[in-house]
Amino acid sequence: MFDNTCEFIDYCIKNNKSVGLVSLEKEMSKNNLSKEVIFDNLKSVLKVMKESSHEGLDKDMSSMGGLIGTEAKLLEEYRKTQKSLSGDFILSAAAKALSTSQVNACMGRIVAAPTAGAAGIMPAMIFSIREKYDLTEEQILYGMLASGSIGKIIATKASISGAEGGCQAECGSAAAMAAGALVDMLGGSPDQVFHAASFALINIMGLICDPVAGLVEYPCNIRNASGVYNAYLSADMALAGIKSPIPFDQVVESMNQVGNLMHTSLKETALGGLATTEAGIKIKKDLGIK
Amino acid sequence: MKEYGIFDILGPIMVGPSSSHTAGANRIGNMSRIIMGRPFKKVKFYLHGSFAKTSVGHGTDKALLAGVMGLRPDDERLPSSFELAKKAGIQFEFIEKDLGYQHPNTAKVEFHLEDNTIFYVIGSSVGGGNILITNINGTEVEFSGNNPTILIRNKDTKGVIAHISTVLSIAEVNIATMSVVRKDNIATMVIEIDSYIDENLIEKINTSEDIVYIAGINPIEG
Ligand code: SF4
Repeated sequence: MFDNTCEFIDYCIKNNKSVGLVSLEKEMSKNNLSKEVIFDNLKSVLKVMKESSHEGLDKDMSSMGGLIGTEAKLLEEYRKTQKSLSGDFILSAAAKALSTSQVNACMGRIVAAPTAGAAGIMPAMIFSIREKYDLTEEQILYGMLASGSIGKIIATKASISGAEGGCQAECGSAAAMAAGALVDMLGGSPDQVFHAASFALINIMGLICDPVAGLVEYPCNIRNASGVYNAYLSADMALAGIKSPIPFDQVVESMNQVGNLMHTSLKETALGGLATTEAGIKIKKDLGIK
Repeated sequence: MKEYGIFDILGPIMVGPSSSHTAGANRIGNMSRIIMGRPFKKVKFYLHGSFAKTSVGHGTDKALLAGVMGLRPDDERLPSSFELAKKAGIQFEFIEKDLGYQHPNTAKVEFHLEDNTIFYVIGSSVGGGNILITNINGTEVEFSGNNPTILIRNKDTKGVIAHISTVLSIAEVNIATMSVVRKDNIATMVIEIDSYIDENLIEKINTSEDIVYIAGINPIEG
């Protein structure tokens, strides 16, 4: 429907429509689906996201590889009982991101958004903003649709896979999606949506994928936690009127280029980064992974 | 270039931790079961490459076994597939094996049937939960199962292809892709179509006596 994001933004502005609404129209015309069907599907997605982002908050879990499982609860308890540095709201979001990462690593049910490794960021954003603002479910669903459009652009022009683009493609994409969704839900302008998405990508451009022992556990979980921080900061900057001088499409293109230049040892192969530290190798050996 | 939909990005809903090592593995199991299409008493999984190395940490073994029992990638019973199989009286075994020149995330699923015959399928998990089936009982094939797929093995005689195309065109079914592999006088045909496959269509195609095997495989959702 649109060749590039500038056209997308222009179309939204000319027709006085939000990015979320135009995303809905595109999805309806793509598969000939009604608004009701799409909203019903989004609600099923939302339900799983709600469960996964809360399950770990008050429970000790144990992941398949045993590397993670208690972090969400630790952070949640710390937030409730102590005066934290980052503040209550942001920490509650981070705890939720950790929760989904844990559920994923324990073979629980999650929504790949856009991937399983980065599944914590979108739900953490949604259920923390819901606690803070009185948003209707419809506003949330439109925000999700906007995030879908952002993810689609990245998937098409670059990649959303850690094996292809490093973690910038997974947690970076998820943070960009969440940042754009926030701006859309809070009534920011269409160009602000994409400024926010650009900031989120730029913040972690070049981030490698180096899972310890090759498992989607650590450092994935903490990158999900920081991913939701990234989304909030990026959205706030855009809403404050800060602009990215590099248009979103070009940010995505450069992210793609960076991903291509990244050595394969740093792209999900667990042959570099944290995975090949002394401790990383020991963990792998102790788990009996060859 | 693939045109993504919203639910390719916000989805799938799946049991973690990995779209390739868990959801993809489960799809290989499911697809193998559908291709084989008969009851079995025992199943052996040969795990190759990264599937062999990190199977336990990703639940690849549980996901594969759940797949051959028909549990989908989003089924919460997936982690307990070992217990479910034991209850159902299905024997299972996992064997690390170098399957030769294959994608790193590859499994060979070997079914042992009641009559002691063996049926096997080889599939690879190629990323994002997508898979490729590459071998059925020694015949090389290549299909993803993302589109409705009809799989046919027939005696390599004249007229079979014509018969199949006629049935499909009468049923107003659009063929997206079609490939044929010939080996030992048997042709293996993989036909991807644009619409969902129903039993009726399969029965109509199966009226030719030269067809020795047929399966209709709809995409595995979830
Ligand atoms: S480190 Fe790698 S596996 Fe983990 S979330 Fe990032 S891209 Fe995914």
